[in-house]
Amino acid sequence: MDIRSIHALLRDRFENIIGELQTPERGDASIAVAAEGLADVCRFLRDNDATRFDFLRLISSVDRGTRLSSIYHLYSYPHSHTAVLRVDVDREAPRVPSVSSIWASAEWHEREAFDMMGIIYENHPELTRILLPDDWEGHPLRKDYQPPAEYHGLTNT
Amino acid sequence: MADDRRKTPEELFAEAVRDPRDLTRYLHYLKQTKSEGMSVLVAPLDAAINWSRANALWPLTFGLACCAIEMMAVGAAKFDLDRFGAGAFRPTPRQADLMIVAGTVTHKMAPRVKRLFDQMPEPKYVMAMGACTIGGGPYSVHGYHVVKGLDRFLPVDVYVPGCPPRPEALIDALLWLQQKIAQERPLIKRYSKETA
Repeated sequence: MDIRSIHALLRDRFENIIGELQTPERGDASIAVAAEGLADVCRFLRDNDATRFDFLRLISSVDRGTRLSSIYHLYSYPHSHTAVLRVDVDREAPRVPSVSSIWASAEWHEREAFDMMGIIYENHPELTRILLPDDWEGHPLRKDYQPPAEYHGLTNT
Repeated sequence: MADDRRKTPEELFAEAVRDPRDLTRYLHYLKQTKSEGMSVLVAPLDAAINWSRANALWPLTFGLACCAIEMMAVGAAKFDLDRFGAGAFRPTPRQADLMIVAGTVTHKMAPRVKRLFDQMPEPKYVMAMGACTIGGGPYSVHGYHVVKGLDRFLPVDVYVPGCPPRPEALIDALLWLQQKIAQERPLIKRYSKETA
């Protein structure tokens, strides 16, 4: 299935949860999904015979100013097709349901997005920093991030 | 002869041991000290200790980033660090004399590197290999997570510039370090870096 028919299929079933299909000039087209329905949509995409997205390639995240995006790149081995889901959340309360119970590989990807972008994945089994030290302050990939002047006595300039 | 000033024993010693593998220079020095009645006991012992230290520098096995690939090449057959007695990479700091910090030191890694250094027995030497280790390299301006120079928390003996340095550069650094060790006076003063 191509991304348009996947979008139509999801629209039929989930209605308002599914937003527009965004087709940028460059890069992958993505389906906007409302945060509250993400887990249901993902479970449907994995278990439905027509889609069978059995592989979560990666989760990426983008800082879009007032909103943060959590982006899911899916692949289906049986059908060899791909889809990109996108969840936009408010910057001040960036809460997204975890999909780690659907694809186990999401566990580390979500920890990385939390570490770097500060997106909070609800119902994640252990949402802690994965790359930076546990006592690090801030989330470095946010556009307004200011690096610390020093860390444990070592200056940063 | 421009300099007919009488050379101090320290200067004569430094001259004699400039090349740790050149014995003729050293034998000449021994003759000279004997004829002039200088310290014939301590200086040869110093030289012997230095000779053994400089020619059996066992590095600690660890690499932090891409520089470690070059370090491994230097250890392998083509460049063969064993020719200089420094090919015995030790898997424990307790047996190592030389720490080749090959790669980017992050803030998260710095305490671990420091601890490994502290666990090495004296005398110990540190080589800062590559741009990242010397001063942050490509991360020196915007790298929020990179320590801007290894010498901010460890005493560095030799700096090896490059990104990454060629294997020849690392061998050259080892030769420099051997010269440095050869000029130490372990029985008179424990560390030459403190006298410098």
